Amino acid sequence: MLSTREAYGMALAELGETHDFYVLDADLSKATQTVQFAKKYPERFFDMGIAEANMMGVAAGISTCGVPVVASTFAAFAAGRAYDQIRNGIAYPNCNVKIGATHGGVLIGADGGSHQCIEDLALMRAIPRMVVLCPCDEAETKACVKAALEYQGPVYMRFGRSATPEVFEEYGEFIIGRGRLVRDGEDLTIVAVGDMVSRSLEAAKLLETSGIQAAVIDMASVKPLDEELLVTYARKTGCVVTAEDHNVMGGLGSAVSEVLSRRCPTPMAMVGIQDQFGQSGSPEDLANYYGLTAENIYKTALTCGKGCE
Amino acid sequence: MKLQAEDKTLKEKARQIRIDIIESLHRAGSGHPGGSLSAAEILSVLYFYEMNLNPENPQWEERDRFVLSKGHGAPVYYGALAERGYFPREELNTLRQLKSRLQGHPDRNKLPGVDMSTGSLGQGISAAVGMACYAKKRGKAFRVYCVVGDGEMQEGQLWEAMMAAAHYRLDNLTVLLDNNNLQIDGPVDQVMSVYPVAPKAEAFGWQVLEADGHDTQEICQALEEARREGKRPTFIICRTIKGKGVSYMENQAAWHGAAISDQQYEQAMAELRGQGGR
Repeated sequence: MLSTREAYGMALAELGETHDFYVLDADLSKATQTVQFAKKYPERFFDMGIAEANMMGVAAGISTCGVPVVASTFAAFAAGRAYDQIRNGIAYPNCNVKIGATHGGVLIGADGGSHQCIEDLALMRAIPRMVVLCPCDEAETKACVKAALEYQGPVYMRFGRSATPEVFEEYGEFIIGRGRLVRDGEDLTIVAVGDMVSRSLEAAKLLETSGIQAAVIDMASVKPLDEELLVTYARKTGCVVTAEDHNVMGGLGSAVSEVLSRRCPTPMAMVGIQDQFGQSGSPEDLANYYGLTAENIYKTALTCGKGCE
Repeated sequence: MKLQAEDKTLKEKARQIRIDIIESLHRAGSGHPGGSLSAAEILSVLYFYEMNLNPENPQWEERDRFVLSKGHGAPVYYGALAERGYFPREELNTLRQLKSRLQGHPDRNKLPGVDMSTGSLGQGISAAVGMACYAKKRGKAFRVYCVVGDGEMQEGQLWEAMMAAAHYRLDNLTVLLDNNNLQIDGPVDQVMSVYPVAPKAEAFGWQVLEADGHDTQEICQALEEARREGKRPTFIICRTIKGKGVSYMENQAAWHGAAISDQQYEQAMAELRGQGGR
């Protein structure tokens, strides 16, 4: 059981053998785990110091010379602090830069609300051209990083800080724009990203004890979203619950509702941060406080669609 | 290839670029004349003397790179690119129009010859640092040139980039400051002083040179000195006049961004045409 940031660091170090790319960090290489790449390929690593804005621009500049660049820091300092640099310096010029943002969401724990980025998916999703990915476990993360590197254009990848259970024993190829059905069901669909995928699978087990067969979709490709898989399961089950360690405004829940309201209006409920800042605490205390638990997904699923009758 | 044009050619190209600026901005009905006119000699020297380029193959890997960090100076950039043969001069008439390759601020995806899209101040210099880092790491001989504005020096990111360039010993990077002393709200030292510039840049680890930004010879000499530096990036303070070459625009902050009327256009063109006879 690894955190997705650790899997990300391992993936960079492994891919460095076969792929030509640079990695930049802003004095957080031990936390973001880019240190694994830095040790192995020091000639392809730049520490840019605590200067995220410049780091994004330097990444863009290097990429214009024909080689992909991975720029890494915490989600709060990537999507948040360096938003304009990502928008105007990377996405608008269509630079081949991959933003590796670790420490997304409140489940990072004790650092508190200043560091718990709960709006990055919303910010990045709203930028034209930007691909937004949020894998859920070690195997998916490794495949996701490879796919991002091989994709031509800007990509935002979000990783978590804490160890997260294995969802996939083997993963195969990560395809941008595709979600994965990790559990089939007839009665309800749970769509989740990141740490919330394994919690959704637990919730599905709880629902089973209540006689409800829940399907679970891992929607690691937040943008582009797998509309076909989503619409197929919305039609099949008639009820959709989303689960994310992110503000319910603008993130996965919003992305899902945008598709369903247009193609297949379906009763929905959203598990996530209810438009408030985080705070210090252990990841599990925070999960309980903000409702990022299997129990809360279960309870939310039981009431999903009730208000529509 | 490097053209290394004679001085009288560089002066003539600067005059022609100014004509391009006035024509395209008059046609566009909006845009930034002041800070375009102030950089005409800088761009003339870069494109017709200094930079190793191949307009027929704009993506040529060994080309010198150029970033206009003060992206609102797009008209002077487009003038230089057109004069150097990157696109037909007539296309200057499409500046700021729907579907034009000549966007209000430079867009690398639209216009061949543009190495980086710019417009949000303080960002272009970071991209230039990235290009220079790449050349260093890969043992590439190309050099990187970047023009920044003096108002732009108020952006914190510019100083992050200055720090990084010195840290990574980017002696292949030359930044030219279009020091015209004016920004939208007024004189730079009244809005938010960036002065003194030279000691700041030196303290950040750069070689600092000064030149009269309207004297093509002085700019050429400073660029040659920059090429001889073996450790540090070079910062050339080019003393310029905002609106240079059009009498009623010179040293007027209001001409940072303003439309040119038909009458003003006629006067500006008469002045610029007259300057060719000298």
